[in-house]
Amino acid sequence: MDPNYAPYVSVLACSIFVLGLGAVILILNYMLGPRRPTREKGIPYESGDEPHSKPRQRFSVKFYMTAILFLVFDLEVVFIYPWASKYSDWLKDDAFAGIAFGGMMVFVAVLTLGLVYEWKRGAMEWE
Amino acid sequence: MSPPETLVDKLDSPWLGVVLGVAAVLGMLTVNVLFLVWLERKVSAWIQRRMGPTEVGPFGLFQTLADMLKLLSKQLITPRHVDKPLYHLAPLVVFVPVVAAASLFPFSAGLVLQDLDIGLVLVFAFGGLAFVGIFMAGWGSNNKYALLGAMRSVAQNISYEIPLILASLSVVLMSGTMNLAKITALQSERGYWFIVLQPVAAVIYFIAALAETNRAPFDIPEAESELVAGFHTEYSGMRFALFFFAEYSNVFIVSMVATVLFLGGWSGPLLPGPVWFFLKVYALVGLTMWVRWTFPRLRFDQLMSFCWVVLTPLAILNLLITAFVARLV
Repeated sequence: MDPNYAPYVSVLACSIFVLGLGAVILILNYMLGPRRPTREKGIPYESGDEPHSKPRQRFSVKFYMTAILFLVFDLEVVFIYPWASKYSDWLKDDAFAGIAFGGMMVFVAVLTLGLVYEWKRGAMEWE
Repeated sequence: MSPPETLVDKLDSPWLGVVLGVAAVLGMLTVNVLFLVWLERKVSAWIQRRMGPTEVGPFGLFQTLADMLKLLSKQLITPRHVDKPLYHLAPLVVFVPVVAAASLFPFSAGLVLQDLDIGLVLVFAFGGLAFVGIFMAGWGSNNKYALLGAMRSVAQNISYEIPLILASLSVVLMSGTMNLAKITALQSERGYWFIVLQPVAAVIYFIAALAETNRAPFDIPEAESELVAGFHTEYSGMRFALFFFAEYSNVFIVSMVATVLFLGGWSGPLLPGPVWFFLKVYALVGLTMWVRWTFPRLRFDQLMSFCWVVLTPLAILNLLITAFVARLV
């Protein structure tokens, strides 16, 4: 295996270990706790009332809009990560410094334009 | 260049190192979370002129430990008609990334379990994984309030993730690395904290972090007066405890990130590194508690438009200005 992967494997091993530990905690609780299910314990909790409709109902389309907006900006961030960490190196190279700065300016400008468009279309107004 | 020495390298067997290290991180996190919950109750009591917990142990210090043991012996109620795989997996999906993220931090020079060049990205990535768990819990619970709480929670968290990351990236821009240990070392090398040069980013980060951890004034996902308990309404016993653990660990983790990025991490005069690190983290945690018990809750539409209309453009602007100034200097 490529030794460069070693730290990531260690992160994975760490996650699996914690997953197992969490499962053990839950199993311990299952063994220690009482098991006396009743009808009332089984119904969805609505502050004591009997539930009068199905829980999975239609929800506002705004949540969907937010998710789309998030996807766009999260992708933007994915591009900015490597740019941000290499930027100070690029600045030392006079020929490339302008491109490093200007390129990101253009990239962000396009995205900001999109944000302004969304804003004007009312995607950020929740009422 | 050889990779810096980490805890794992010091032990002969790497796997033993990982397991011991994770156990240490988990222990550290557990102690801190138990203490944080106690502290939160004491701070809120102090602000509201009450006593807070007093019975168990000195100053009620062991109250949360007793609560944990109580939860361990409670019945695990599984309501009918839940989506079984989602419902059962959700607490673990929320719990695991939190601990994994905590294992990436440098508590002092060389005292780091996993020293990765993309440490910062991984911390945010693990943070993002927890949203999946939250939505699994909300959707799987077969409960209106849980679903509504999860919707709001995820919408809020993914929105505030953007300014949070953009604000952190302006620090990355200045340090040229995403390695948490190197960012810290750089600040002690240069002799100033990044908050001096990036005050705007620090403020944006702090506000976004409050929202990320679902704390007042952004605690809409679990607005008790509207939604019972939000996405974990249907969880009892240790399942609930895992969510609760993750929530307080998150407060701790965002404070640790802020400490590393803006406050110089473990660097400081006289006292040893870990002491400085935890002092700074607890100063920030104290600040979040003060904010929580002082400000009223925002409305959801105010919350969302504040993020997209104010914070995100401001964070982008701050990033570009940082890039511009870095080019001039």
